[in-house]
Amino acid sequence: MLEMLSYSFMQRALLAGLMVAVICPAIGIFLVLRRLAQYGDTFAHVSLAGVAAGMLARFHPIYTALGFSVAVSLGIDWLRRRYSRYSELALAIMAPASLGLAVVLLSLTKGAGSEVLSYLFGSIMTVTQQNLYLIAGLGLIVLLALVLLYKEMLSVTFDEEFARIGGLPVGVVNAIFMVLTAMTVAMAMNIVGVLLVSALMVVPVATALQLARSFRGALALSVAAGLLSVLVGLTLAYTLNLAPGGTVVLTAVGLLLLVLGYKKARGLE
Amino acid sequence: MNTPLVKLKDVSFGYGSDPVLEAVDLEVRRGDYLGLIGPNGSGKTTMLKLILGTIAEPTRGKVELFGVPSGQFRDWWKVGYVAQKAASFNSGFPATVAEVVLTGRAPRRGLLRLYTREDRQAVSEALEKVGMLAFKDRLIGRLSGGQQQRVFIARALVSHPELLILDEPTVGVDVEAEAQFYRLIRELRQQMGLTVVLVSHDMGAVAHEVTSLACLNRRLFYHGSPEEFGTEEQLCELYGHHVRAIHHHHHD
Repeated sequence: MLEMLSYSFMQRALLAGLMVAVICPAIGIFLVLRRLAQYGDTFAHVSLAGVAAGMLARFHPIYTALGFSVAVSLGIDWLRRRYSRYSELALAIMAPASLGLAVVLLSLTKGAGSEVLSYLFGSIMTVTQQNLYLIAGLGLIVLLALVLLYKEMLSVTFDEEFARIGGLPVGVVNAIFMVLTAMTVAMAMNIVGVLLVSALMVVPVATALQLARSFRGALALSVAAGLLSVLVGLTLAYTLNLAPGGTVVLTAVGLLLLVLGYKKARGLE
Repeated sequence: MNTPLVKLKDVSFGYGSDPVLEAVDLEVRRGDYLGLIGPNGSGKTTMLKLILGTIAEPTRGKVELFGVPSGQFRDWWKVGYVAQKAASFNSGFPATVAEVVLTGRAPRRGLLRLYTREDRQAVSEALEKVGMLAFKDRLIGRLSGGQQQRVFIARALVSHPELLILDEPTVGVDVEAEAQFYRLIRELRQQMGLTVVLVSHDMGAVAHEVTSLACLNRRLFYHGSPEEFGTEEQLCELYGHHVRAIHHHHHD
């Protein structure tokens, strides 16, 4: 099994995968606790439209995906305020609109078929050196922002009204958080695919919430569950020749079921 | 030195043509323990929002905090706020008591700064004051309603505010916890010289505790010591019912 580390494509895949495994749950925990878990999925659809635009324009799709996603992250807050009583409506509009745009753009692109598939379901085996640098760069930015804004994010996530009254710039914090979410989705899309990105933001968090005794603990456990899922998932995918994105997500779900089962068996429910 | 901590001057506010507050003048001075009372729908919440800056501007008049017009006021850490118990709180949230209280330090620490040992020290002190230090590492959702309220008071105190505002603090709390709560506020006033505004619809209980009373029902028509309140107490209620009766009539 260790022979897989001797292949440079596998080294890159693992490095990229590990970075995604840290960032996705770290952003995901704030989404889940704010009951915004759907955002990951919506941004994934938006990223796909970005990918399609990139393919049509013969420009590197990961950059266009990033651009689309960040632009929409700023627009979605505006749409959400328009329908403040139905905040999920903004997502329900944005996701199919993006998918529609993606399909139309793809129909204009010749020979897009196989490349699209790799973005839909992930293509960790073909992470290029350039992609790896981009993922590392984005990952570092997101991580740094999370460290520097940790106290604001936790405060706003726990009690937005209190944070606002205390004088925190809640609107700015929310906008930055949306941009970080968009960046995370765009960087993770390459590894696990558009359709599975949100799973990596939500499932490890769900596992951690079953066990956590503090917020720091929940954050650490989420990241640990993410790392474990990616490591085990990629190894399985390599040795059994399975689709990497799907294997990673199924591993994450398996881990969640294991924890739920353990709690049930120990009578902790 | 003698600047009132809160000053409302001829404040009116309304949504559309419905007036919620009319020509309210009120001052809260250092050391005051003010009970702001009035029936449901009397404009208490609106007044609170004006003071706390969640409503930016009154329709007419001026709101000042520590001598500064509320729109330009920046030192929000000077104002500690405890919301109604159930408000905006997810009891399944995976945070410890200490983590919750620490969020009260965030505005004072400033953007992009990390918490320091001073912040953690302040958390322990605030929890000590409300008698919850032993529960520091417990999950917030696992505490009783009265205990959660103490934690939220600690969160308000941790920034070392000069003014503490409590919105309906005894709603949904049992009798024993209510007595404990009033005892705690008395202690905090003695130890820290805290100025306190307590918003409530329960005149009976509040009148025994505070040093001054303000009775609000769209207009402010009593502001003075609770001892002299006597007959106006009935007036306040009567007036309240009267107003609401007319209101109902209109809408039916």
